[in-house]
Amino acid sequence: MTFRLEARGLTCERDDRRLFQALDLDVGPGEVLRVEGPNGSGKTTLLKILSGQLTDHEGELRWCGQPMRKVRTAFLANLLYLGHSPGIKAALTAVENLAWYQALSGEHGDEAERLAVLEEIGLYGFEDVPVAQLSAGQQRRVALARLSLTQRPLWVLDEPFTAIDKQGVARLEQRLLAHARAGGSVILTTHHELAPLGELRRITLGQAVCNRSGE
Amino acid sequence: MQVIEPKAELGVAVRATIKRDMTLVLRRRSEVINPLVFFALVITLFPLGISPDPQMLAAIAPGLLWVAALLATQLSLDTLFRSDYDDGSLEQLLLSPQPLPALVLSKTLVHWLLTGLPLALMAPLLGLMLALPGQSYAVLAFSLALGSASLSLIGAIGAALTVGLSRGGVLLSLLVLPLYIPVLIFGAGAVQVVILGGNAAPYLAILGAQLCLALMLAPWAIAAALRISING
Repeated sequence: MTFRLEARGLTCERDDRRLFQALDLDVGPGEVLRVEGPNGSGKTTLLKILSGQLTDHEGELRWCGQPMRKVRTAFLANLLYLGHSPGIKAALTAVENLAWYQALSGEHGDEAERLAVLEEIGLYGFEDVPVAQLSAGQQRRVALARLSLTQRPLWVLDEPFTAIDKQGVARLEQRLLAHARAGGSVILTTHHELAPLGELRRITLGQAVCNRSGE
Repeated sequence: MQVIEPKAELGVAVRATIKRDMTLVLRRRSEVINPLVFFALVITLFPLGISPDPQMLAAIAPGLLWVAALLATQLSLDTLFRSDYDDGSLEQLLLSPQPLPALVLSKTLVHWLLTGLPLALMAPLLGLMLALPGQSYAVLAFSLALGSASLSLIGAIGAALTVGLSRGGVLLSLLVLPLYIPVLIFGAGAVQVVILGGNAAPYLAILGAQLCLALMLAPWAIAAALRISING
């Protein structure tokens, strides 16, 4: 069975400002969707809506043809969301952080697997250091290690390239490409060029008319 | 890529959450020690401020010990979800395919194990300072252990509701203190009745019943409150 995330007529208003209106989108296997727009145009809000976190919007979300409300758990088992804040505990080590995320999705996981993923992401030798002692980019990498560790078809990534060095960016681009080729899908916001990913589907926010109160 | 079916491995998630929170709190010991220090300080000051007369102290000791323990619990509650909210792991907790009430219940359990239980174990020691009559120590510790579990559960609802606010401390107190009152009445009552030579069992039974009620309802309320906070 393949998957499909559909949104119909999404409209969201924040503080009397209409962020987007009657937005339709479809994301299926092998697709990379890039959400674009200037700062404050509602990119993060859209990603939060698409990942089922925000519910105060108009319009309908469907997962595999079913309304989101009914299949929320099934949807969440297929979703990997990385937000602005990486969700990494500073007082825990990288391995402990990853172990908790594996357990949250119901997997036991094993230590060797986690160490291998950390090595792959360039954190070899830092596994047992509390994350607080790592640099911002390294902390981000710990969060990104989850992409390789947990099998999830749908990735929703909010600015995944923040604070990562050039090599890291290249590696992450390859990772996204490999994921899409393997039949996964990615929804992301970024200000990077993403050249290696070829033609992307794009959605541009921020062109909607501002609906100030009183107009 | 195939669609992944949710795995019903709640035990794994709950165990991991308990272990993670335990590790976190034990690495920042001050969070465990602060409520205990507060408790000890308040109880130490009362004999100095009121009178060192053992009879007078013994009469007010049950209430004093209970109020101080309640406030100590209250002070520690604000941090329950705060750090998870700040670093984004609360968001991830809400996006886990496991039932949220079970996960927040395990977080609350850790809070009780590292706040309520130590307070209950320390209370007899402080009772000694207030000249609490000998026969009431066991009841004091037991009633506090039972009652503080209810306090953690009720307080967690408030903590979840105020986690999105930058200065939620006062609001949190206003929200939850009224709900603490029944626990306080029966908890302090249990100790009082033993001192007067009565049977504490009915009081403890009611404390147990309050805990059962809190266990049944609070996890869902906490989960709903967290969703509201994250949504806002």
